[in-house]
Amino acid sequence: MKTKSIVAAAALLTAGAGSAVQAETLKFAFQGTLNNLDPYTLNETFTLSSLGNVYEGLTRRGSDLAIEPALAERWEIVEPNRWRFYLRKDVKFHNGNDFTAEDVAFSVERVQSEGSDLTTRVPADAKVEIVDDHTVDFVLSGPNPILHYEWDTFYIMDKEWTVENDAVKVTSASDSTANFAALNANGTGPFKVDSHEAGVKTVYAKNDGWWDTPTHNLDTVEFTPISSDATRVAALLSGELDMVYPIPVQDIKRINDNAGTVALTGPELRTIFLGMDQMRDELLYSDVKGKNPFKDAKVRKAFYQAIDIEGIKKKVMRDLSTPSAIMISPFLFSKAGAFERYPYDPDAAKALLAEAGYADGFTVGMDCPNDRYVNDEAICQAVAAMLARIGVKVDLNAQPKAKYFAKVLASGNFDTSFYLLGWTPGSLDSWNVLSNLMNCRDEAGTGSPFNLGGFCDEKIDSLTKEILVEVDPEKRDGLIENAYQISHDNAYYVPLHQQGLAWGVADNVELVQRADNQFKFRFVTKN
Amino acid sequence: MIGFATRRLLQAVIVMLVVALLAFTMFRFVGDPINQMVGIETSIEEREALRERLGLNDPIAVQFYRFISKAARFDFGTSYQFRQPVSELFAKRIPATLELSLTSALFALIVGIPMGIYAGLNRESPISKLFLSVSLVGISLPTFFIGILLIFLFSVTLQWLPSFGRGETVQIGSWWTTGFLTVSGLKALILPSITLGLYQMTLIMRLIRAEMLEVIRTDYIKFARARGLPDRLVHFRHALKNTLVPVITITGLQLGAIIAFATITETVFQWPGMGLMFLQAVQNVDIPIMSAYLLLTAFLFVAINYIVDMLYFFIDPRLRVGRP
Repeated sequence: MKTKSIVAAAALLTAGAGSAVQAETLKFAFQGTLNNLDPYTLNETFTLSSLGNVYEGLTRRGSDLAIEPALAERWEIVEPNRWRFYLRKDVKFHNGNDFTAEDVAFSVERVQSEGSDLTTRVPADAKVEIVDDHTVDFVLSGPNPILHYEWDTFYIMDKEWTVENDAVKVTSASDSTANFAALNANGTGPFKVDSHEAGVKTVYAKNDGWWDTPTHNLDTVEFTPISSDATRVAALLSGELDMVYPIPVQDIKRINDNAGTVALTGPELRTIFLGMDQMRDELLYSDVKGKNPFKDAKVRKAFYQAIDIEGIKKKVMRDLSTPSAIMISPFLFSKAGAFERYPYDPDAAKALLAEAGYADGFTVGMDCPNDRYVNDEAICQAVAAMLARIGVKVDLNAQPKAKYFAKVLASGNFDTSFYLLGWTPGSLDSWNVLSNLMNCRDEAGTGSPFNLGGFCDEKIDSLTKEILVEVDPEKRDGLIENAYQISHDNAYYVPLHQQGLAWGVADNVELVQRADNQFKFRFVTKN
Repeated sequence: MIGFATRRLLQAVIVMLVVALLAFTMFRFVGDPINQMVGIETSIEEREALRERLGLNDPIAVQFYRFISKAARFDFGTSYQFRQPVSELFAKRIPATLELSLTSALFALIVGIPMGIYAGLNRESPISKLFLSVSLVGISLPTFFIGILLIFLFSVTLQWLPSFGRGETVQIGSWWTTGFLTVSGLKALILPSITLGLYQMTLIMRLIRAEMLEVIRTDYIKFARARGLPDRLVHFRHALKNTLVPVITITGLQLGAIIAFATITETVFQWPGMGLMFLQAVQNVDIPIMSAYLLLTAFLFVAINYIVDMLYFFIDPRLRVGRP
């Protein structure tokens, strides 16, 4: 993929010099809708990805996901608790307003206000101090090496515009009238929103006043949501659209065989894994009474070794997955190579079960979404079949995500015994994984709210606290490795794989498929 | 007359209330709307706060009362997904659905009636048999399958017609958009209208055929022939006219069904109408949109039925006999 984008860049450099202005329109479709243009209402990949073409953060991420300067030219840690950001000068919002430190301070305040879904972008106790028009200090209560990791999707809004249009309050679902910022956008990014009808069509136009040199050659981008998989693929095959995503894995071959289109595939950052209730004294859905088999590491390891991950990769995922041994994408952790999956070995698994006192196996209920992850229900069915081979009978309850999450998350009192879940750390950093999935929690979910199984290991908790404030990268990675090692040794989770990305692209379009599944128009060239 | 009308009206209101109650209780089982409104990393406290703001923690009876009293004033609240008033969203989507429904109904009539007449008059001819078998396909194949079949034939293979959307639309007045005035808009209408109208076309064709076969055997047709009238006159002036009465009733009722059940067709063709919005709302547990849609649909049927009831009162003198 990287080579592709370099080729694209080179082609553009040679072509760009003398070529006449040619109006290029990119038409693309995604399965979901862009509901709202307010950049703080929904912390969800597609919304943030789309708005990232219009708005910009202080930082941004490049095609390889490396953090780059964007609205901030550079930054430094002047004192351990004080970060200084030097803002880019001569940046203008789409309406012509100047971008200044005031806008940054305003955006921080707004992103932390009630109704915002991105409050975690800036620590609640952080203070913003304006040094001058183009310098801003963030004063923290303690060292935080990953303060700016998620700022590529913390978009800066124009204070003047927002106040003028009475949109300071983040659009809330309980409002009776639409917020101006929900229907209009005014960013600094490479594209402006030309027209937007939620759920129908959004048209973007090139921003001629962008501060950076464009590497794309687009003038207009048209987005249509197409929810039906077959229709989305058909629209690409018929040449009506230049790009559609995602495409079902079973259609990859068809798109590659078709002249004029190609399927771009690559690993996504999302880790799919299995979790088990390790908190209750008796499982909610099992024939084992009076005790909880998942409290025994041998049972968890038996489950782990019963799973033929290569089989899932070939049969269910059609090779569009990367088996995983840890709970984060290997892209995002330098020492990921140190981990290896427990080998697939049904006999060893059976022996482990017998050792734990379940020679005849047992019955357990499994919860699974059927419209959230790539082939989620099929993975669960495969897992159930594999566990049947070691004597464990799985009662599968696969349901739509709306019902699944209502059941298994804190709001449903973690009503599950055995489940499949996927996780992408928004910060692209391990601390997010540890603090959300691997720390202890109480019954209400305080602690790690997404540790649905509720296992509790004090060592991981204390490591997580250390990792949060450790600024030396080498040492920090060592601590993270320790935490993952503990989880691996105890088989607290059974990681399955990184699911794959599959985009359908017309041959005359060059683009970058980022592993975080964000589609950035600035990487696109159309010939 | 007034008594009859008010009784019917009272019944209609009760039906609407029952539908509202059913719809409202059903939403308890669709899932948790909060999860669809926030990102996965949103904290439990923030989720709770949102739940409180939306009034989802109130007793069901309170929520139902609030919903009904607002709905009576045509205020359906704010969509959870779009954060826009539901009534505005519907107003934007209604033109797309109505244009599609009307075109499908016209297609069903214009194609169905001649096919029915032909099959009724020439019951033994091979073309009639072909019509009948084709119409069997229309009844037995599911809509989404027909839609996808048409897309792959006419969009992907032949590349004649677009596979999704409405094409270019023209704004008329403050809120109506039409696809009737542009070439791409008209082209975009063809496949979805056929998909949506195929079932009704089949229905009309079979109805007309059966009525035709019946009417042709009647004495007045025989008499007309005996008078030496040309076939054209016998078939179209005398026979067809009499077959049309049930057809008109059915078509009227089916129009409601077309509008209400365009959901599948709209989803397959990404037709930006109300049905598509409803299905997306179901996936995202957008309760305000779902409830508004169900109420609107119920209202449509109740209104059509009410009008038909009233018409019968005028048409059928027997209803009036013995009533003051």
